[in-house]
Amino acid sequence: MGNYRIIEVKQSIFEDNNQDADRLRQQMKESKTFLINLMSSPGSGKTTTLTKLIAALKDDLRIGIMEADIDSDVDADTISRTGVKVIQLHTGGMCHLDADMTRQGVKQLEADNLDLVILENVGNLVCPAEFDTGAAMNMMILSVPEGHDKPLKYPLVFQVCDAMIINKIDVLPYFDFDMEKVREFARRRNPNLQIFPISAKTGEGVDALAAYLKDRITQWKK
Amino acid sequence: MHELGVVFHIADSVVKVAEENQARKVHAVTLEIGEVSTVIPDYLIDVWNWNCKRVPLLEGCELIVEQIHAVTHCDGCGRDYDTVPQGKICPHCGSDKTWLLTGNEVNIKEITIE
Repeated sequence: MGNYRIIEVKQSIFEDNNQDADRLRQQMKESKTFLINLMSSPGSGKTTTLTKLIAALKDDLRIGIMEADIDSDVDADTISRTGVKVIQLHTGGMCHLDADMTRQGVKQLEADNLDLVILENVGNLVCPAEFDTGAAMNMMILSVPEGHDKPLKYPLVFQVCDAMIINKIDVLPYFDFDMEKVREFARRRNPNLQIFPISAKTGEGVDALAAYLKDRITQWKK
Repeated sequence: MHELGVVFHIADSVVKVAEENQARKVHAVTLEIGEVSTVIPDYLIDVWNWNCKRVPLLEGCELIVEQIHAVTHCDGCGRDYDTVPQGKICPHCGSDKTWLLTGNEVNIKEITIE
């Protein structure tokens, strides 16, 4: 029989990742690269929103995109047509990205030479919210067909985000989506949440969002 | 598959602690998991057992789960209540100014090594 010992660990499993995320945040601050972690459900229009945002920002900022998916490169292919640098990260079955995987992506993207990197996290409102990626800012997209009750059902993602995009406002007349209620429900979870109603399809509201992001990046670089 | 990522994190942390303590083998890992942590113990154990086959130090290692009861505090009336049947709204005063006291934990409590 061997010599058995019990070692007290008392460690939160999120702790390692949180420390790693803080290190990555510091590293990106030094290279002056602003990292946005973009979260949403599948089909909320992340990729379409990104292509519109890139068009509005790419004259002023050097941009890179990291597409995280369980498999495939359809989104990376769409984004690459905008002319910005893009890489595809495969999570191999995992439902979220952690700080270590984000760091690998940042390295592969050679993000030191970029002003803005947007990480398109795996499409899911639950798991990505629990793992700090090391981003300077968390942003989410909620689309009109998903319904205005989502802040009640998935509170954490609304709590951890700085900004929420409400996409597909062009189809508002066809859905029972209450814009006032969604604002109320979301702000109950997070009073400081910035809210941007847009239509990535028609381009409505994209300028206001782009101006907000430019302002955030300028403030952060100071 | 949320549990997959959680298992990788636990395994990495456990291996690190085990190596620091010059362990030859890890026999058991005890976790504390909050009732509303979104981690489902049965799934976690299945994924854990699968992962242990890939990590020599963890071969045959047992995962023991201790559940932590979820309790919410209400800032409206100052009382605490059980989170699971009630959720975000205080059953005493109806306020939604409430926050989770316990129940969101995923902690590695201790490991048994040889």
